[in-house]
Amino acid sequence: MSRVTLITPKSPPPAPPPQDLYAKRKQIYPKLAHGKFRTVKWAAMVGMLGIYYLVPWLRWDRGTGVPDQAVLADFGGERFFFFGIEIWPQEAYYLAGLMILAALGLFLVTSLFGRVWCGYACPQTVWTDLYIWVERAFEGDRAARMRLDAKPMSFNKAWRKVGKHAVWLLIAFVTGGAFILYFHDAQMIAQTFFIGEAPLSAYWFAAILTFTTYVLAGTMREQVCTYLCPWPRIQAALTDEHALNVTYRYDRGEPRGPHRKGESWEGRGDCIDCKQCVQVCPVGIDIRDGAQLECIHCALCIDACDDMMKKVDRPTGLIAYDTDIAVARRAAGMPTQYRLIRARTVLYGALMVAIAALMAWGLLNRGTFEVNVLKDRSPPYVRLSDGDIRNGYTLKLVNKSGEAREMTLEANGIDGLELDVIGLEATEAGRMLLPVAAHGVDRYRIFVTVPKETAGGRDHFTLLLQDTATGELHGNRTSFMAPGD
Amino acid sequence: MSEHDKDIDQPTGVETTGHEWDGIKELNNPLPRWWLYIWYATIAFSIGYMVVMPAIPALPGMGTNTRGLAGQSDRMAVAEQVESLRTQRSASGAALLTASLEEIETDRELQQFAMASGESAFGDNCATCHGAGGRGAKGYPTLADDAWLWSGTLEGIQYTLQHGIRHEEDPETRFSLMPAFGRDRLLERQQIDDVVNHVLSLSGREVDEAASSRGADIFAAQCASCHGEDGAGDRTFGAPNLTDDIWVFGSEYRDVYNSVYDARNAHMPAWGERLDEATIKSLAVYVHSLGGGE
Ligand code: SF4
Ligand code: SF4
Repeated sequence: MSRVTLITPKSPPPAPPPQDLYAKRKQIYPKLAHGKFRTVKWAAMVGMLGIYYLVPWLRWDRGTGVPDQAVLADFGGERFFFFGIEIWPQEAYYLAGLMILAALGLFLVTSLFGRVWCGYACPQTVWTDLYIWVERAFEGDRAARMRLDAKPMSFNKAWRKVGKHAVWLLIAFVTGGAFILYFHDAQMIAQTFFIGEAPLSAYWFAAILTFTTYVLAGTMREQVCTYLCPWPRIQAALTDEHALNVTYRYDRGEPRGPHRKGESWEGRGDCIDCKQCVQVCPVGIDIRDGAQLECIHCALCIDACDDMMKKVDRPTGLIAYDTDIAVARRAAGMPTQYRLIRARTVLYGALMVAIAALMAWGLLNRGTFEVNVLKDRSPPYVRLSDGDIRNGYTLKLVNKSGEAREMTLEANGIDGLELDVIGLEATEAGRMLLPVAAHGVDRYRIFVTVPKETAGGRDHFTLLLQDTATGELHGNRTSFMAPGD
Repeated sequence: MSEHDKDIDQPTGVETTGHEWDGIKELNNPLPRWWLYIWYATIAFSIGYMVVMPAIPALPGMGTNTRGLAGQSDRMAVAEQVESLRTQRSASGAALLTASLEEIETDRELQQFAMASGESAFGDNCATCHGAGGRGAKGYPTLADDAWLWSGTLEGIQYTLQHGIRHEEDPETRFSLMPAFGRDRLLERQQIDDVVNHVLSLSGREVDEAASSRGADIFAAQCASCHGEDGAGDRTFGAPNLTDDIWVFGSEYRDVYNSVYDARNAHMPAWGERLDEATIKSLAVYVHSLGGGE
């Protein structure tokens, strides 16, 4: 690696005033930006809010007796439905896998393009953006809002503020309300909710999410990102000098200074110090100070600056997605170099592919039928009056498919072994036929009796189940206990 | 930190805490003020909590812990839950009372209810002697096998549960009395040895043939009236089958000798005195299901 020092352009700090223990929050009035990133963000917002509000209403036919909601976390029924996939509680590792994939995805994207998640997709950003849009509709853009806040209370000010908060609360309620749709049948809960017959937990969660949406997106905003969220800290470890972050290209911008029409651009930088980048910034920082923890990489300052550059007839991209190393090398008069394929991006990518492949393999090869045999512990065995030894078992048949099944059951492996299923008669052909309901767990009590001549100590036998329709075979080796050693 | 050693971080212009780890210094950024207010709010909350909820344990001279304005008590909450469960269950409980035992066993819903409450009542009351799952113990019959002393039908089991065995306070209790042949000097030791040899031979055990044939006569005279001429037992008297492989009091020579010498007249309480009818019925269904139901 070349010897390039990364420097942050900044005039030496003035003598600090005596530092206060607590900081008063500075109210931020972000100005509306126009440009390609703003357009992308509007589209992303509409897309993601649309998904969030509409997905619970999608239907997916799974047959009778099973919810037909495409995406549903059914806690009462202990099932998680995702379109054609049905996850049972004992398979929660699929959810864990999904979380791991999501985390690795974040790592990968962050090491490639910086905080893309924060800038475009984080609910905190999306809802804050939506709330600012409402604020702008009622109170106007930055300058108008600042003027309004400075004025004393008046009717004009009052109705704008009340209207804004009313719409905020409405959005908050719809957000909290949509959340519970993921945990109940959407149509049913939407009806019962308003006549007061929904479960208490539904009201509780709707209320909590209404409150948090209103507070976090309405009043807390950048304070959440700066002080509450762990991600800005983590991303510092994930980014490096090769990651494409929203960057002020000081190599091109400095020395900065106002520029009058017709003046020469010789011997000065392109930054005209118009502070548009600061005014649009939703977290109220100056990107020209370099990478900062507060910056959510919303890229709105890129839009703002590009606008100005067009006005003064300079090339756009004074603020752009760029890497620290590229800027530093240009500043030192060296050729730029970009390296998206690096050890860490390759590692994250490979891990993601591996985990996704593992999960897909698991899902594709996932049996829809499970056999569990639970041996009675007490009594471990029973001596019958003719001296034969009997063991009791509970047979648990788990059917995850939408089809009811019928299984034949036999047992073998110990001489003279006899099998009884409580409540079932053998067919004329001497077979045991066990019906298993669709999407369900069926339990059968079975007794296995071994003549006293062949019983002794711990022995093993095999329970064989076969689907009468498909021929699918399930074997289960189980122990048999008898007195003796 | 005194004024002169204030350390200012150069790029940010923020004061550091003065601590350094491997060349890394910690900035002493001011805390947002709302964070401080949240801390005040938690203090206010904790004071409110102590007023409203039980919070201060019993100190000397106080007698009891503080109760709090809300009167919250976990013990009472549990009592209320138990009470509401009881009312919820009373419908099924009432159905248990009117349904016959056969109906309970065939109606899937009633059967599951009876099994659940039977199992828990069994654990509370019966398992002490009969063992979990009715596994039995020496002197306490196994309920999961296929042999019964008095009766193995649903009604029979219910009757035994209701009235007990040799429970003197209950006039309808299951009753019989085996004489203590040795202790009461009804038989000589030699005779007891003979009869024990004969009893053991009934289930195909190897015995002293001569003693056994002498014992056969004594058996016919003394034992057959209850245990049957062939020793197959009689449930009218709760007399066990002596020809099978099940021995409640042990199958060794010594065990059987003691049984004849001292007699075995085991007791079981009449649960009708302590448990309500629905519970008795549930217990009957549960015991019947353990593996020996007839
Ligand atoms: S918007 Fe561009 S030109 Fe204006 S101050 Fe910011 S960096 Fe400089
Ligand atoms: S500095 Fe730019 S990218 Fe960062 S938060 Fe502000 S406007 Fe968004």
